[in-house]
Amino acid sequence: MSIDLAAVRRIAHLARIGVSEAETPHLQAEINAILRFVEALEAVDVEGVEPMTSVTPMRLPMREDAVTDGEIRDKVLANAPLSEDGFFLVPKVIE
Amino acid sequence: MADPTSLTLAEARDRLKSRALSSVELTRAHLAAMERAKSLNAYVVMTPDKALQMARASDERLARGEGGPLEGLPVGVKDLYATEGVHTQACSHILHGFKPTYESTVTANLWRDGAVMLGKLNMDEFAMGSSNETSYYGPVASPWLPPNWSREKARAALAGNKRGLLTPGGSSGGSAAAVAARLCLAATASDTGGSIRQPAAFTGAVGIKPTYGRCSRWGMVAFASSLDQAGPLARTVRDAAIMLRSMAGPDVKDSTCSPEPTADYEAAVGRSVKGLTIGVPKEYRLDGMNPEIEALWSKGAEWLHDAGAKIVEVSLPNTKHALPAYYIVAPAEASSNLARYDGVRYGLREPSSDIVDLYEKTRARGFGAEVRRRLMIGTYVLSAGYYDAYYLRAQKIRTLIKRDFERVFADGVDAILTPATPSAAFGVGEKGSDDPVEMYLNDIFTVTVNMAGLPGLVAPAGLSNEGLPLGLQLIGRPFDEETLFSLGEAMEQAAGRMRLPDPWWA
Amino acid sequence: MTTEPANANLIAGATGDWEVIVGLEVHAQVASRSKLFSGASTAFGGEPNTHVSLIDAAMPGMLPVINRECVAQAIRTGLGLKAKINHRSTFDRKNYFYPDLPQGYQISQYKSPIVGEGEIQVDLSPTYSIKVGIERLHLEQDAGKSLHDQSPTMSFVDLNRSGVALMEIVSKPDMRSADEAKAYVSKLRTILRYIGSCDGDMEKGSLRADINVSVRRPGAPLGTRCEIKNVNSIRFIGQAIEAEARRQIAILEDGGVIDQETRLFDAARGETRSMRSKEEAHDYRYFPDPDLLPLELDPEWVDALAAYLPELPDAKKARFIADHGLTAYDASVLVAEKETADFFESALNHGGTKRDPKAVANWIMGDLSAYANARNAPIVDAGLSAAQLAALVDLIGEGVISGKIAKDVLGLLFGEEKGADPRAVVEKRGLRQVTDAGAIDAAVDAVIAANGDKAEQAKTKPGMLGWFVGQVMKATGGKANPQAVSETLKRKLGL
Repeated sequence: MSIDLAAVRRIAHLARIGVSEAETPHLQAEINAILRFVEALEAVDVEGVEPMTSVTPMRLPMREDAVTDGEIRDKVLANAPLSEDGFFLVPKVIE
Repeated sequence: MADPTSLTLAEARDRLKSRALSSVELTRAHLAAMERAKSLNAYVVMTPDKALQMARASDERLARGEGGPLEGLPVGVKDLYATEGVHTQACSHILHGFKPTYESTVTANLWRDGAVMLGKLNMDEFAMGSSNETSYYGPVASPWLPPNWSREKARAALAGNKRGLLTPGGSSGGSAAAVAARLCLAATASDTGGSIRQPAAFTGAVGIKPTYGRCSRWGMVAFASSLDQAGPLARTVRDAAIMLRSMAGPDVKDSTCSPEPTADYEAAVGRSVKGLTIGVPKEYRLDGMNPEIEALWSKGAEWLHDAGAKIVEVSLPNTKHALPAYYIVAPAEASSNLARYDGVRYGLREPSSDIVDLYEKTRARGFGAEVRRRLMIGTYVLSAGYYDAYYLRAQKIRTLIKRDFERVFADGVDAILTPATPSAAFGVGEKGSDDPVEMYLNDIFTVTVNMAGLPGLVAPAGLSNEGLPLGLQLIGRPFDEETLFSLGEAMEQAAGRMRLPDPWWA
Repeated sequence: MTTEPANANLIAGATGDWEVIVGLEVHAQVASRSKLFSGASTAFGGEPNTHVSLIDAAMPGMLPVINRECVAQAIRTGLGLKAKINHRSTFDRKNYFYPDLPQGYQISQYKSPIVGEGEIQVDLSPTYSIKVGIERLHLEQDAGKSLHDQSPTMSFVDLNRSGVALMEIVSKPDMRSADEAKAYVSKLRTILRYIGSCDGDMEKGSLRADINVSVRRPGAPLGTRCEIKNVNSIRFIGQAIEAEARRQIAILEDGGVIDQETRLFDAARGETRSMRSKEEAHDYRYFPDPDLLPLELDPEWVDALAAYLPELPDAKKARFIADHGLTAYDASVLVAEKETADFFESALNHGGTKRDPKAVANWIMGDLSAYANARNAPIVDAGLSAAQLAALVDLIGEGVISGKIAKDVLGLLFGEEKGADPRAVVEKRGLRQVTDAGAIDAAVDAVIAANGDKAEQAKTKPGMLGWFVGQVMKATGGKANPQAVSETLKRKLGL
């Protein structure tokens, strides 16, 4: 299984990682090398096998419905690259 | 006191308790060693002021006869752990400038027990790597000299790009190097595919990845959620046990963290291993396997046999599928876990014209080549049309891998003995530049353990013909870290304490 | 059993009739104090980024822990929809990038939702009922809010809403008109409010709908559907469906094809428009969230939640009809809001005595409703207590006051006599009805005497009786029993 350049561009966009035209072929080669490596799995018989959902047999813990968090705006914004009036600021989102 | 940094954690603990040594003295000695070893690049951030402040507080408690299990003991923290107010970047540029306003549960446990923080340790970026070469802060030099290198040659390489010097392994390369170079008494590390155990083997240290869910993941920068686990790197089995006791435990903030209480792991060190059954899996004997490693593996079995254990051959038929399956599951989870690094709320933000531009430029600039590769693979194997063929299939294979182990344990095996790595440490720049898969093969003996969620301990077993450390791995039943510590100690006794290299770097 | 007027819903196009197929995905904000996976508050409003925990802000190393009450609310809602409760369900990550989605993924349920198939009975009128199937209900996180109009170059992101629990309720495509869809949402909202799992406040955004609309010739296979996203009022839901159906019919009648796409409803223009087309369709790369384990429900817990469910609207309506003899219409109106139904029964049974249900119902649906609407308040908060209503009905029943005077008393209870006991008001203001035959005779005689010529005319024009009644009522200050006045006048005028 291998992917073409168009697929590399599509995946890069899905992952929101800017990849220049120049870099694309090299990235394609790297990805295809890894895909070749995992190809061996195609031959494994997984008939009737359930996918792993959790390695440890545990029940999902639930918590009580109480307000125990929040009101920490300073902490939430402490590392913000850009903020104003308590909002995070980002370059315009074009709808 | 000759050199307090040459003490084991347990020895230092005793001296502090008896007040033969103070925490401030011990901490100062480590800080000085760290300064001298700066060029190894094991630490990315040193926190001397904080360390001394904590040491002074520890000395006060010790003077009153109080103090926790790690009181006054200086340790290093892998850059993966959120340390409040201190640089936490998982050695990635995309977390540029990030200082968390919170403390990870594991490190909070250490400080609760009185440990002293020396600084943040180098690692592969986002824990993706097996040699610490993907770090934004550059590679780490192992304190072990490459075979036949003079100290002058080594120092010259240190001053340059470190090419040819040995890697300490990865992703917890900084942790392993610091422990082996005596720049801390022990270190926190993390293991997703072998990132504690492989560096332990490469540097002659002891490392344990406990059972998945034994330690809390809250406050650890997530790589692959179903595989990540915190664990210690130390110089002896006892030291590792002491560290794990403090690090581990229930945490309601992590839904995957076991509510079961921890055990007194140190008490298991020195316990007899008579009557235990050790499995030796035939599928771990690879074609063209390094004969030294094969020989060491047999030696290890002999040691345990001599200590009273029974050795049996076992079969784990799905072993060979573990590594490829891991390279589907781990990148897939990572592709989702790393989506939050987008330049919006913290870390790097590149100048951009609109939001999509912001994402694409920031993530292109912020992520290194290995991380980018894995995120692309991860995105691909989850994408429409490929999910069943890749991710779902890999998760089914994971079930098969786990079942193999369950069967073996049900047959009465208490632990499984395997090699830790396919080779001794290799040099910086030696692997992976042409083919990413070459680097992945380092994890061939370790990933099975993460895929099955089991505990795995690596202890040094001897030296290669070239004088480099080699380790052996013990894989245990879920939540039976105690048996691993008992067996690890037996091995350490038989092999003799690893003689760590004297400083050549300053 | 559908008793829809089948052909009445067809839309007549230029080239023949068309059938509209509507399915709805309703997002209902779960009524809980804290969020689905974090302990931050769900309270509406609040300064930006104050109801945000480190988990909601997706800081490195943060992990989700599920809120038990949100799970309970989903189970209760499933029970209210007569749906299958799935004792094992899983959480999946829905991956996409948007600034109001800090994790870069939404925790939702894709493959195995907590609730399966169910149905809602929707009564549009006493003779027009439909059953709308429920496909599934699942729990998911809400996103934050981005404001795009605060600045020309920047968008402002507030994560207060990020992580609030939503129930996504997906209907089957069983609706055939805008009215059916509106009635469905209204009924669903009522059920949610009865259960208490969502306040249904569409203005605050507690309830929003994504509408799937397609058209086809009657009997033909299903057409291509378009999704209209995020419609937040029942009125707009109706308008959006009609606009979209018209649009699709026009295209098809022109020989075109419908592109499957996502659209928005532009209320100002009364039309739907395509959302900015993306280069690729969304590939959400769903996979099970590895930070959470499968959700497994104790059957005992589900049974306990079922036992404590309040009486639901359909059951209450049936009981009102059977026990109180109300008409289907009246019962429908009263049960539309649980508080109103409770108010009705409270007034009906107040003090241990039973009153005429029809009378109580009429007061609530008529005058009390009018006062409530004028005050923009729900009936129970309009300003009249159940005790006061009960007393008013009693006073009429006992003949102490007439219906007309009762309206005046009601006005006083909403005004100067707020909170007062109606009986006391009647006594204090001397509003007792005059029923004494002698007094009425005297009043009638007086009016007839003063209007002799009209009295003559009345013999041939019986309609003038009304005028005479009015005169007598005026003369008695409105207190005479109108019935008795009318009868006495008839007698004395010889009608």
